[in-house]
Amino acid sequence: MTDQIKLTPPLDDEDVSRLNAGDRVLLSGTIYTGRDAAHQRIVQALQTGGEPPFPLEGAVIFYVGPSPAPPGRVIGAAGPTTSYRMDAYAPTLIAHGLKAMIGKGKRNAEVKRAMRGHKAVYLAAIGGAGALMARCIEEAEVIAYPELGPEAVRRLKVKDMPLIVVNDVTGGDLYEQGRQAYQRT
Amino acid sequence: MAAIQEAVAGLCGPSCLDLPADVEASLAAAQQKERSPVGREVLERLLENAAIARDENLPICQDCGLAVVYVDLGADVHLTGGDLYQAINAGVRQGYEEAYLRKSVCHPFTRQNTGDNTPAVVHLRLVPGDRVRLVLVPKGGGSENMSRVFLLTPAVGRKGVKQKIIETLEAAGPNPCPPNILGVAVGGTFDDAAVRAKRVLLREIGSTNPDPEAAELEQELMEDLNKLGTGPAGLGGDTTCLAVFVDIKPCHIASLPLAVNVQCHAARHKEVVL
Repeated sequence: MTDQIKLTPPLDDEDVSRLNAGDRVLLSGTIYTGRDAAHQRIVQALQTGGEPPFPLEGAVIFYVGPSPAPPGRVIGAAGPTTSYRMDAYAPTLIAHGLKAMIGKGKRNAEVKRAMRGHKAVYLAAIGGAGALMARCIEEAEVIAYPELGPEAVRRLKVKDMPLIVVNDVTGGDLYEQGRQAYQRT
Repeated sequence: MAAIQEAVAGLCGPSCLDLPADVEASLAAAQQKERSPVGREVLERLLENAAIARDENLPICQDCGLAVVYVDLGADVHLTGGDLYQAINAGVRQGYEEAYLRKSVCHPFTRQNTGDNTPAVVHLRLVPGDRVRLVLVPKGGGSENMSRVFLLTPAVGRKGVKQKIIETLEAAGPNPCPPNILGVAVGGTFDDAAVRAKRVLLREIGSTNPDPEAAELEQELMEDLNKLGTGPAGLGGDTTCLAVFVDIKPCHIASLPLAVNVQCHAARHKEVVL
């Protein structure tokens, strides 16, 4: 396995600028969850002068709606959801200081432009490996929108969450590079 | 009906926690053949994930799906004590709560969660015999979103059908959690094709299609789809598709319906016969 880069949020320009598409990352510390409905509400709050449910400056957001925690556990299965559904909202969050997004699947041109312009990265977790990912989560607490159930915003404390850089601040895109390397005609 | 409810409830947990053996075996076989180091690592992690889910009673994936329930009702069976659909939904409500599964069903516009993963989608079929077969498929949203129905012009023919199927998976890329399983239905009508494309996902990986025409198409598609380069988790590689299941039937002289139902590598289903 190649060297893994350790990251601990909050992240700054320097932290994310040294990441290249394809790099392996081990993320530890505090991150926040949010998916479709939470993104809609966060962006609405920002646009109407309200406060987001967590400080966006340097933040890492994980696109996940975990399954309920069985007794004795802090969380259920917790793998990434497909990211393109958050594309409509991500540039606004990036403009407000968001530094990294964790998900799976392609991002659109606007999100990639925002990542280059404001220095932010997109990290992939393995989709469908929710039981494995749960092992990296040490604490989980709902901090906003509890009525959204699995879509509520949670604060997570994670340890050595294994991720891979898909989109870096220079426009590198692992999904494109990976596909091209193995495409046969 | 109480027996139906109990049976459905009993399928919910196991279906989300226990990856079917054929899927697990095909992931392991792909891991041996994959050229991409990252791809091999992803496949290894998926096998590890399946083992953890089983050992620690956790769902394989946090997306415990929308419950699709197939009922094969024996014609000699007389169900008593209420409404079959209500019994199935009561079973889903009970099973998803008891097994700590995620409730992933909401109103299409307000997006308000129904809170109990109902309503289920039920496909009822009358079959000979005195048994009731219930199959539960927790269908994930990420792969379902990449599924497509096409009403093609007959002139595009077999070649055009193949092209649309390949385009569908190529465009999906990393989104539907590859390596995927494809359910393909050609012919029938708009609605019938979609229903069949999902039902064929219940077939066992590695099983031979009794229709030689469909079997040939499956083999050709497998070769072409695994040349796309998408690979495990879409990070590049040879393993984009674990299986293609094709169902072909006649259609209207004006039509060429095609449905492609994309399934993720967490291809879960469980059944019980009463």
